[in-house]
Amino acid sequence: MTTDVDTPVSSKTTAEEESPGATRSERLSALAQQHGALVTLVVAMIAASLSFDTFLTGDNLENMALSSAFLAVVALGMTFVIVTGGIDLSVGSLFALGGVLAAWGSQYGTAVALLLPLAVCGLIGLVNGLLIARSRLAPFIVTLAAMLGARGILLSVTDEGSTTYLVDKDSFFAKLGQDTLLGVGVPVWITLALFVLGAVVLRRTRFGQYVYAVGGNEDAAALMGAPVARTKISVYTLSGLCAGLAGALNAAWLVSGVTILGSGMELEAISAVVIGGTLLTGGFGFISGSLVGVLLLKVIQNVINQIGSLDSAYQQVVSGAFLAVVVIAQTWLGRRRRVL
Amino acid sequence: MTDLTLGRVTADRDRLLRLLQEYGVYLGVVVLFLVNTVFTPHFLSTENFRTQAVQVAPVLIVALGMALAIGSEGVDLAVGSVMALSTSLLSLYLGYGPWIAILIALVGGAVIGVANGSLIAFVGVQPIVATLALMVAGRGLALVLLPQLKDVHDPAMASLGSGDVLGVPYLVLIAAALALLVAFVVRRTTFGRQLLAIGDSRPAARLAGLPVRRVLILVYVCSGVLAAIAGVLATARLTASDPTSLGNLMELSAITAVVVGGTPLSGGRVRIGGTVAGAVLIQLLTTTLIKHDLPPSWTQIAQAVVIVLAVYAARERGKR
Repeated sequence: MTTDVDTPVSSKTTAEEESPGATRSERLSALAQQHGALVTLVVAMIAASLSFDTFLTGDNLENMALSSAFLAVVALGMTFVIVTGGIDLSVGSLFALGGVLAAWGSQYGTAVALLLPLAVCGLIGLVNGLLIARSRLAPFIVTLAAMLGARGILLSVTDEGSTTYLVDKDSFFAKLGQDTLLGVGVPVWITLALFVLGAVVLRRTRFGQYVYAVGGNEDAAALMGAPVARTKISVYTLSGLCAGLAGALNAAWLVSGVTILGSGMELEAISAVVIGGTLLTGGFGFISGSLVGVLLLKVIQNVINQIGSLDSAYQQVVSGAFLAVVVIAQTWLGRRRRVL
Repeated sequence: MTDLTLGRVTADRDRLLRLLQEYGVYLGVVVLFLVNTVFTPHFLSTENFRTQAVQVAPVLIVALGMALAIGSEGVDLAVGSVMALSTSLLSLYLGYGPWIAILIALVGGAVIGVANGSLIAFVGVQPIVATLALMVAGRGLALVLLPQLKDVHDPAMASLGSGDVLGVPYLVLIAAALALLVAFVVRRTTFGRQLLAIGDSRPAARLAGLPVRRVLILVYVCSGVLAAIAGVLATARLTASDPTSLGNLMELSAITAVVVGGTPLSGGRVRIGGTVAGAVLIQLLTTTLIKHDLPPSWTQIAQAVVIVLAVYAARERGKR
C-alpha cells in the first residue's frame, strides 16, 4: 500500500513526466526553471572569487555556510507551504521566539532547550494550519496575525524586550551550535540532514504526493481522495517547527536569545524558495532548489558586504529588486503552466 | 408547528448573526467607548479625544488605500515602506519649500504604486509577493536617501502637524475629507465600479471589456499616494523624519482596520464607513490596554486575535 504505484495522484514535477511531447522551447524553459538558480549560483561564486580575494577563504565560507544554515531550515518548511499554494508570513517571528525560548530553556538542559521552542512554535503553526484548512481563512492574513501574535508573546516573555537570556557556553546545547565536525559546523550538518529528509518526504512519500496534489488543484485532489485539510494543517505545523528549530540552533550558535532577530526573514525565506524554482501558485517545486536559493541570497549579501561602501540599506534594495526580477522571470518562463 | 417555530427561530438567529457581522464593528466601537468612559480615568476629555483622533488619522488614511487594494482582490504590503520613503523624500527636498517637498513625497508614493501595479497587472505576479518585494526595496530606498532620523524644522510643516480649525486638528480634517473622497470614488465613479467588478471576478471583468490593467495600476497608485500622504502627516506631527521606524507594521494595522470594518478579503466589495470604524476600534483597543497598564506586547496579541476573529466572521458572510 505504501508504494508509489497505487498512489491516487501523480506529482507532475519534472518536464519529462509532465509531457513527453513537449516542444524544445518548453523543455528549455522547464530546465531554466529547475536549474537556473544553480547556474546563477555557480556564476556568482566564480565572479565573487575572481573579484575579491577575501571571498574564497575558509573563514568567509564557514561564516556563509553557518548563516545560510538557519535560513535554510526556515526555507525548508516554507517550501512545503508554498508547494501547497499557501504562504507563511509568521516564520520570522517564530524564529525569534524559538531562539528566546531555547535560550531560556537551556538552563534546564538541552532537551528542554530544543523541545520547548519546537512545542510552542509547532503549536502556533498548528493553529495557523487549523484556521487555514478547517476555517478556510486566507493563509496570508492568518500567518500575518500569527507574526504579530508571536512577536507579542516574544516581547511578553522578555519583559518587553529588555531581558536577554544567555546560554551557558559550556553546555551541550551551546556545543550543538558552536562545535564543528570534520571542519564544518554542526548546524550545517543538521541542516543538510534535514534537507535530505525533506526531499525524501516531498518526493518519495504519500504525504509528499498529497502536498503536490493540494497545490496543483485543491478540488481535484479532494475528489481523488487526498486529505486536503490534513495535508494543509501538516505543512503549516511543519513550517512552524522548522522556524522554531532554526531559532533554537541560532540561539545555540549565538549563545543567547536575541529578541530583535527574524524581522524580514519571511521575505528572505520566500525569496529563497521562489528563486529555487518553486512556483508561488503551488503544485510545483523542489527542496534542493530552496537550498540553492538560500545560498544564492547569502552569496549576494556577502558580495554586497565585501564591496563595503554599500550598506545594509542597499542590501535591502538589491534583495527586493532581485525578488522582483526572479518572480518576473519565473512568471514568464512558467506562463504556459498557468491555467488562467 | 414545532418545526415552524424552530425554523423561525433559526431564521431570526441567522438574521441576527448577519446583522452582527455587518454592524459588529460599530457595536465594538460603542462598547469600547462605554467601557473606557466608565473605567478609564480622564477618558471623556477634549484633550484625550484630540490625541486619539490625531493618532488614528495616519492609520485611517493608509487603510483607505488598503481598502481599494483589497476591494480589487489584492493587498498592498508596501504601505509602511512608502510612508518611510515619503518622509525621507520630504526631508531631502524641504530646502525647496514645504509644498514642493510634499509634492515630491507624493510622487514617490505614486511611483512605488506604479511599480506594484505593473508587477500585478502586466506580469501577473500575486499582489502579496509583488508588494512584499516593494516593501523591502522601498524601506531600503528610504534608508539610502536618509540614513538616520532627522529633525524637521519648518513652520508650515509644524502648523500642518499641530494646527487646527475650531479645535479640530488639520490631520483629522484631512483624514475625514479623504475618507469622504474615497467613499465617493468607490460608490459614484466608473473607476470605483470597475475596481469592484475586477475584485469580484477578474476573468469576467476582462471578458466584459473593462480596462483591467489600467484600473489595477490606478488602484495601487491610489494606495501609494494615500500612504505617502500619511507619511507626510506623520512627519509633520512628529516634527522629525525617521525612515527606520516610521510605518513599521503599518500594513498590518491597515489590513486589520479594513478587514475588521467588514471589507471581505475576497474582493468585490469595499466598506469605507466600516474601515473608519475599524481604525477607530483598533485605536480604542490599544488605548484601553495601555491606559490600564497592560504591556504593549499585549496590544499586539490582542490585535492578532481581533484580526482572526474579524476574518472568521467575514468567512460566514462570504458563504451567503
